Amino acid sequence: MLRHILSRLVRSFLTLMLVMTFAFLVLRLSGDPALILLGPDAPQDAINAFRERWGLNDPIWKQYLAYLVQLLTLDFGVSMRDQVPALDLVLSRIPATLAITLPALLLKIGLGIPAGVYAALHRQSIADRGVITLSILGFTVPSFVLGLLLVLVFAVQLGWLPSGGQEGVEHALLPILTLSVGGIGIMARFARSAMIEVLGQPYIRTAMAKGLSWRSVVWKHALPNAAVPIVTLLGFMIGSLIAGAAVVESIFSWPGVGRLIVTAVANRDLAVVQALLLVIASSMIVANFLVDLAYGLLDPRLRSRRAAH
Amino acid sequence: MTSVEATLESSAKRSLLSRLRLNLPFLIWVSLLWLIAMLLVAVFADQMRPYAITKMDLSARMAAPGTPGHLLGTDDLGRDVLSRLMQSIRVSLVIAFGATLLSAVVGTGLGFLAAQFRGWVEGAVMALADFQAALPFLIMSLAVLAFFGNSMVLLVCLMGFYGWERYARIARGLAISASAQGYAGAVLQLGATPARVYLRHILPNVASTLIVSMTLTFPEIILMESGLSFLGLGVQPPQSSLGNMVGFGREYLTQAPWIMLAPSFVIVMTTLSISLLGDWLRDRLDPTLR
Repeated sequence: MLRHILSRLVRSFLTLMLVMTFAFLVLRLSGDPALILLGPDAPQDAINAFRERWGLNDPIWKQYLAYLVQLLTLDFGVSMRDQVPALDLVLSRIPATLAITLPALLLKIGLGIPAGVYAALHRQSIADRGVITLSILGFTVPSFVLGLLLVLVFAVQLGWLPSGGQEGVEHALLPILTLSVGGIGIMARFARSAMIEVLGQPYIRTAMAKGLSWRSVVWKHALPNAAVPIVTLLGFMIGSLIAGAAVVESIFSWPGVGRLIVTAVANRDLAVVQALLLVIASSMIVANFLVDLAYGLLDPRLRSRRAAH
Repeated sequence: MTSVEATLESSAKRSLLSRLRLNLPFLIWVSLLWLIAMLLVAVFADQMRPYAITKMDLSARMAAPGTPGHLLGTDDLGRDVLSRLMQSIRVSLVIAFGATLLSAVVGTGLGFLAAQFRGWVEGAVMALADFQAALPFLIMSLAVLAFFGNSMVLLVCLMGFYGWERYARIARGLAISASAQGYAGAVLQLGATPARVYLRHILPNVASTLIVSMTLTFPEIILMESGLSFLGLGVQPPQSSLGNMVGFGREYLTQAPWIMLAPSFVIVMTTLSISLLGDWLRDRLDPTLR
């Protein structure tokens, strides 16, 4: 188990290195940040001073090494536009994003999993068909269409809720709804198919044949086994807590990480974009790592299979 | 091609067709009809659209749907929504088709390479797949598009990376298990080159699984492209795509909701049809899931 954790750690670190290299290459090779930020009419000595200050005159490998050294000290650079540390800027936006993505995640778990399990236990019922239809809609209706439709109905036509901004709970309702509807459907579909697969297994028949009550078969034998695929999806959803709301935040002008991405990219604020890429990728990598550990806890078979490797 | 090979192939085709023809459910019919209609619109957009996409009629700005001459109304500059919609369908479908093919080819190729050479090649491919999975695609595309500027070719290439890691994982797994099955080893013993073994013998055996994956990524690519265009970073004006129409229509949500509703409807119907068709195909074709 320890060896497995170590090898996963090494792999995660390697992935992080690849992300850093990608960020560096894309952002530095694509153009001259001095010209973009100062404008084409800027005086030459201002451009030179700018380049000197940001180390843009060094050869690219030297910039890369300097960049890596910087990262080791958790220094992600300073936002060229706002003159504040890029990492601080990114971190300061995270609470606002979590304020809408966390409730959405809780809705996905709290409504999606029970709905899926219920549908699996009552196949071909109206509830089952409802879950399937909702999950297909959740998968095919893009969040920007859903968000705009909700604005059209609840803000424009009915006038119940505000269409944007961040003053109170009522401003968060539409973004949370937009984020969670599709996810609830996807979660329900996943839980449903996981449960159906488990219910077809011989050990369920054995448990039934032993004369166990249906309730204890479902709770003690079926659910724990259906948990593994559900945790995989959950890990992905946790990983995208920070970055998964870019479009929704743009629709509702919610001042979170997603808005910051769009504005930083539009302004070509290199330090901020790099910090964003690394923070987002790290959250994804940590979530994947945790899911991997959770597998071992949930399913002893996976543990021993790995030990045999 | 020898006659024996030809007969074998045609009988394989016949069994594929007969498997498909078993009573099409009603929903699948509707999905198929919708997709055929979309394809026709994409191909004949130039002949079908009533106006040029940039033709403005400032005296008929934001005309409601049903106005004579403008079946779906006009937008804020008096341009015909139906004409723009047809062009958008063409642009979005071309991008999605190109990108789906690209990512299938790239992903399958890399997966086969990993299966053939194992060792460090496999390690490198899998590390790249990890990297792709760790970085949300929308974030990666935003960075690349904004920094390298915008062009149709770049957009298709970028979208062509969408989901490649899934094909790579599937192709690698299938190829490894196929080489353990003996038929691949047998052809290799007969003197076939590895390229021939992979393309002529393993690929046909794993094709149905890969085709099903393509029907799953296709709608996702449409959604990804329209999301990017919605944020203003995908297809650029005067060219128009479905997402970019929704993005601009958003400004006139209160006065002229039809500008945004028409392309939204097309996006939802198209992704829905392909998803239904893909699900159905998977049940029919994919032997690994039966």
